[in-house]
Order: sequence, then C-alpha cells, then structure tokens
Amino acid sequence: MIFAGLVRLITGAQARWQGCAPEPRQRIYFANHVSNLDGPVIWATLPRALRLRTRPIAAQDYWEKGWVRPWLAHRVLKAVLIARTAIGARNNPLVPMEAALDEGSSLIIFPEGKRQGDEDAGMNPFKPGLWHLATRHPEVELVPVWLENLNRILPRGEILIVPLMASVTFGEPLARIADEDKAAFLARALAAVTALAAQGDA
Amino acid sequence: MPWLSLPHLSPTTLRFLIGVAAFLALASLVGGVLALTLRGERARATVANLNARIRSWWVMVGVVVGAGLAGVGAACILFGLISFLALREFVTLSPTRRGDHRTLFWLFFIVVPAQFWLVWDNWYGLASVFVPVWVFLFIAARSVAAGDTRDYLARVARIHAATMICVYFVSHAPLLLQLSTPERPALGLDLLLYLIAVSQLSDVFQYMWGKLCGRHPVAPTISPNKTWEGLIGGGLTAIAVGTGLWWMTPFAWWQSALFAAVIVFCGFIGGLVMSAIKRDAGVKDWGHLIPGHGGIVDRIDSLAFAAPAFLHLLRYHLP
Repeated sequence: MIFAGLVRLITGAQARWQGCAPEPRQRIYFANHVSNLDGPVIWATLPRALRLRTRPIAAQDYWEKGWVRPWLAHRVLKAVLIARTAIGARNNPLVPMEAALDEGSSLIIFPEGKRQGDEDAGMNPFKPGLWHLATRHPEVELVPVWLENLNRILPRGEILIVPLMASVTFGEPLARIADEDKAAFLARALAAVTALAAQGDA
Repeated sequence: MPWLSLPHLSPTTLRFLIGVAAFLALASLVGGVLALTLRGERARATVANLNARIRSWWVMVGVVVGAGLAGVGAACILFGLISFLALREFVTLSPTRRGDHRTLFWLFFIVVPAQFWLVWDNWYGLASVFVPVWVFLFIAARSVAAGDTRDYLARVARIHAATMICVYFVSHAPLLLQLSTPERPALGLDLLLYLIAVSQLSDVFQYMWGKLCGRHPVAPTISPNKTWEGLIGGGLTAIAVGTGLWWMTPFAWWQSALFAAVIVFCGFIGGLVMSAIKRDAGVKDWGHLIPGHGGIVDRIDSLAFAAPAFLHLLRYHLP
C-alpha cells in the first residue's frame, strides 16, 4: 500500500476508466510497454480491492537481480515472473500465467514482450501468449490499457526519473469472436490499445 | 497577547489576516446557504464547484500565511514546492523528446532548489540572472549534447518558457519577503500578502463579473470565458480592494491604486498566455491537484506574471 502510494506520487498517475468500470472481475489487463515502471504504475492505479487480486507479469531476468527487486516482485507486487531466454517445455512462460489465472487472480501483461525504446516507432507486434490465455480462459475479460508519458518519466536505457505526470487509460473489454485465428486476434488486440492512445491525443 | 508572539506578525499583518478570515467565512456562509436552498441540476453543480473552490481557498490561505509567518526559509520551501509542481504540470503538457531527459532531470532536482536557495540567501544579483543566463545556456547545451536535432529549437524554447514561468517568475513572490524599511522590518510579508490578495481577488472578481454580465469576449480564439465585462468589472473591483489596502504598502492610497492596476493587468496577461498554451496543448486544466480549481498552474498563472513586475516596480519606488 505504501509502495502503491509512492508510485502514484512519483508518476502522478491517474486512472481513466474509459471503456469499463473498476469492478472486481477476473481480467487480463494488456498494455503498451515503454518503461520498467509500466507494471507497477498500472498495479498502483487500481483500487486497493482490485490491486490485491491483480498480479503483473514481469521478466525473471530483470526482477531477480539484487535484493530490492526480488523483494518488490515477490512480496509487494506479487508478480508472476517468467523466463525470456532459453524457452523450452521446462520453463514455458504460459504455465505460471495460467496457474495465476486458475487461482483467480487478474493479470497485467505486456504482449509486446519488451519495452519499446524508439520514441518515433509505434508498438511492437504482440507475441502469441495473450491469444493462448484468451482461448483457454474464455471467461476472463480482456481489458486494453494505454500508458501515457512513462517513456518520458523513465525511458528504456535510463536510470534517472523525471517526475512528469503519467496517465493510465482503461478501454472497453475486447469482444470474443468465435473461430478467429491467432494473427487476426493479436492484430485486433494491438489496435484496441493504440485506439486508446489516439483518443487521448484528441 | 503573549500566545501570539510570532516574530513576523506585525499589527498590520494581523489586521489583514482578520479581514481575510472574515471574507472567507462570509464566502463559506453564502456557499452553505446556496447549497441548502438552490434546486436544479446545473445550479447545484455550479454551487458544488463554488464550495469546493472556497474550501480550497481556506487551505491555500492557511498554507501561505503559515509559511509566511514562519519566515523566509519556510516560504522559500513552500514556493519551491509550488514551482516544482507547476513545472511538472507545464512540462507534462509540452512535447519534449528523449534527448531532453537529462536536461529535465537537472531542471527539476537542481535548478528549482538552487533558485529558491538564492532567494532565501537574498543573493539578489545571482537570483536575477541565474535562470535567464546560466540555466538557459545549460538547457540549450545539455539538449544539444544528446545529439537529436528533431524539433530542437521548439523543444529548447518550450523548456526555456517552462523554466521562466514556473521557476523564475514564481521565485519573485518569496523574493518580496526580503524587502524591508527601517520602520517596518516585516514589510516584505505584507507586500507578498498584498500581491497574492490583489492578483487572486482579481481572478475571482473577473470570474464573478464574467458569470454575472459577461457578453463580449476579449480574446474569443484564446478563452471564451474572459469577457470585457469581466475584465473591466473584476479588474476595477480588485483595484478598489488594492486601493483600500494601501495601509499594507509603504505608499499613499493613489500609489497603491497604481500598483494594484499593474498587478491586475499583468495577472490578466498571464491568464491569457497560459490559456493560449493550454489551448495549443488541447486541454482545459493544467492538472487535478486542487479540488475545484484544476492544477497548480491554473491557480498561479496570474501571480507568476504579476510577481516580477510588482517586485521590480517596488524596488524603484521604495522610500
């Protein structure tokens, strides 16, 4: 709770519930990824009751270094840490994510897989994990989220924070279309996130 | 009154504070009565906003007066904090690029504290040139060192403007506290309170006159809410209050009227400039920090533009 307050104080983050309400339903929040603060910021802007049941998906190689990050990841954020390298049957990242869904948690996921470091480029294409989770758990709501300004607060490759104000826009849950193929679904999910960005600019 | 033995609380200041408290109490009373009696959706929403504003006024007056009475150091910390938050709102709405990241970092964490330290130290010479000379050079140099030329001039110009308005202009308000005369060692606090009272009342009266009888917009492309009726009615009312507060200044009543007119005029220009920047950025308020008012910048825009003019005109004319 202190950490959530601290994250909101530093990033001035405000939640905009544009397409859905902050209801206690099981959800997968999927967002654009530009900063190491992305996961903590979405998590911190959720109302407390939702936050306690929501777990960010994060990279094992980053969050298990040192002693502060593992403590934050395991004790505070209750993050689901997944492997990014040498993926095989033994460390399939979908297994811990599905386990978290099975226990009833909501997830925060960044389907681009890595932070976009180029400010002039758009989002990277989505990796298929979101599609697998969506097809195997049809009861879970898929909520697109757009993060604004975090690439100006703590961009990739930077260690100093500039205290600007971030905003977190929650969009309308993605509709499920029967027999949709993987590529079409992922393109639609990506478009749902970028559409929120365009609305924010207008 | 031994329990009121605050070193900076002169009889003049006390008299002013009693007046402010009475004014706000009256405003709260009227707001309360309106909230109880008015019917209709729109009227109730307007009154709810009015009452949120009045409550924020109590808090803002309490914080500023508390810091002013605690001394120059506390006032510099308060205005430094205001400056930091204003800069945050301003830069958030001004497009910058990755190449400006380190420039902005130093701006927030070194330049803001340094400027208010210079004010606290009463190092008038350096406080006057630190931002427009040294910091401006630094901003241009640090951003060019990042090697990104895209929008370079526009980016640097934006950061310069942000620093000028949110840091340099704002720092002139606590700089007033350093003014004194042999007869009135605590003159600075009265002058600061005078500046804040006239500039903020000017905003309030212009808003009220505009709501009551505003018809002809002054600058329709910038702000439809600023009308000639509001400007003239509100401005004259604020000048009348400033004239009536002549006993806070070291001047005669007609000189006080002229100073109040300068504050009203600069404050109005400040409001217009900041509205133009907001409109360009496509937003209505700078932020959401003060309930009913919007952001910090929404509240201090007129004060920021009036403070330097007021301070320098005072320095030429202090007896």
